[in-house]
Amino acid sequence: MKKSAGRKTFEVFNFIFMILLCVVMLYPFLYVAACSVSSSASLQAGRVGLIPEGFNVDAYKAILGYKVIWRSYRNTIYYTVLGTAINLIMTMLGAYPLSREDFYGRGVFTIIIAITMYFSGGLIPTFLTINYLGIYDTVWAIVLPGAISTMNMIIMRTFFQGIPDALEEAAIIDGASDMQVLLRIILPLSVPSIMTIGMFYAVGHWNAWFDSLIYFRTSTKYPLQLVLRQIVIENNTNELEALEKGMYIEDEAQLNSSAETLKYAVIMVSAIPILCVYPFVQRYFVKGVMIGSIKG
Amino acid sequence: MGAKVKYTAAQKERARKRRWENIKKNRWLYVMFAPVLIYYIIFKYVPMVGIVIAFKKYNAFKGIIASPWVGFANFARFFNSVYAWRLIRNTFLISFYGLIFGFPAPILLALLLNELKDGAFKKITQTISYLPHFLSSVIIAGILISFLRPETGLFNNIRAAFGQERIYYLIHPQYFRTIYTGMGIWAGIGWGSIIYLAALTGVDPELYEACIIDGGGRIRQTIHITIPGILPTITIMLILRIGQLLSVGADTILLLYTPSTYETADVISTYVYRVGLIDADYSFSTAVGLFNSVIAMILLTIANTVSKRLGETSLW
Repeated sequence: MKKSAGRKTFEVFNFIFMILLCVVMLYPFLYVAACSVSSSASLQAGRVGLIPEGFNVDAYKAILGYKVIWRSYRNTIYYTVLGTAINLIMTMLGAYPLSREDFYGRGVFTIIIAITMYFSGGLIPTFLTINYLGIYDTVWAIVLPGAISTMNMIIMRTFFQGIPDALEEAAIIDGASDMQVLLRIILPLSVPSIMTIGMFYAVGHWNAWFDSLIYFRTSTKYPLQLVLRQIVIENNTNELEALEKGMYIEDEAQLNSSAETLKYAVIMVSAIPILCVYPFVQRYFVKGVMIGSIKG
Repeated sequence: MGAKVKYTAAQKERARKRRWENIKKNRWLYVMFAPVLIYYIIFKYVPMVGIVIAFKKYNAFKGIIASPWVGFANFARFFNSVYAWRLIRNTFLISFYGLIFGFPAPILLALLLNELKDGAFKKITQTISYLPHFLSSVIIAGILISFLRPETGLFNNIRAAFGQERIYYLIHPQYFRTIYTGMGIWAGIGWGSIIYLAALTGVDPELYEACIIDGGGRIRQTIHITIPGILPTITIMLILRIGQLLSVGADTILLLYTPSTYETADVISTYVYRVGLIDADYSFSTAVGLFNSVIAMILLTIANTVSKRLGETSLW
């Protein structure tokens, strides 16, 4: 079939639109990357667009020599690993019984859980609960309150329901307990889905900062995102001055603008791990969203 | 339901026994589920009970139970304060802009992506459009702030190149909503399109063939087949969105606002955060938060009922 002229015009415009979209999505990162390796002077003069000017990596040297960054990186990795492990265990423990039709009380439990998707105690009552539990200013205040995302548990339950009942029944007839069925049959068959949900959780932990802001009093426990917030958004002078000491600065005028180069470099340092990983994991996410949308 | 069947005492007894045996047989399922239930009780239901402090004058030394009741005094204080109207207006307007500009954006993108041929170009475009979803709000806000900076920011460099004066965007209240809405679209358009693309793959190809045979062009196909095909998905997403018309999250706004932009940027959740956690006025801020979530529940229920009446798509 021949394409009409209108169709061809549309296709050209659509193509241009998509290219523009990609530019708009990527440009901020390329710009930040270029600024982070440019000299303070050219940044100040607004001469940096896409190509760095006065190339240097002083800002990165300063950041990598600064122990707060390393410490917060380590904190983030710790919270992400511990948090995701708790998330996955709890989500599976909830999803498997709910996927079993012979689980008496399933309806009531589902309602108890679903209510929390539409109504919650809110910020302050949750904060007070954490305080009463005595886990304020500990890692548990970060990893326990969000131990289960109801949405993710429903997605996982749907995955589990897709596994043929015959497999479970056969195992039970062979004398396996429910725990064994979960560990030996259900889990091995759902590795890809568990990976998907695990990545949902992990990216959430990696990017989280609000809970840390609320629940940590001790700043040495801060995750990377919160330190990033102090430096980039709040212009925290203590952190900035400490960073500037690590930079080689010739004169007073440059000292002013070095703060900006540093901010760009800090953004890059915190974004790079995600930028490297995301092209490979995004398809799992897409799959998860699609399953969630079918059985939301 | 039909006629009620009368069970004899013996039949009831047998049913009870069978149920009990079923529970006993599945006891491991209950062992597994116990921590989950405890989690929901402690971290979800205990805070819900904690909402009672909205009706009390909470005193940390006396504890929740011994603190005196004050009825609706905390609510009255909120509605009599100068902030109430500003907060409600800002919360509503920010999410309303999100609704009219941010909601259609991913649908349009999905329709346009759907017109591309399957292949590398489509895949790469999609992957790039998902990028912001994987980054933290701190990174996104940090980049945005640097773009808006008066002396070196990209937007001001462009302005300067055209001979315009530089503007300190983030300290002027009139720009805040535009900045926030624009950022929301940039960050959400790609990821938001996934759900509609999934719905588009579910549209029956035979319908298109029938339309072509009837002489329908691309535009007619889009209006009569594609859009009705994804309408249930759009409806569900719209219900959810309307239900959230008064729930603007605190975190992104906290990153972008300053006291000089409170006039347009301060929303209920950021106010609850400041009054509750910074000034430690627990009862009052809980009351403000409760007001917010009750309104949100009402909005969601209305949206759901309307959509049920219109065409059978509903959340519950």
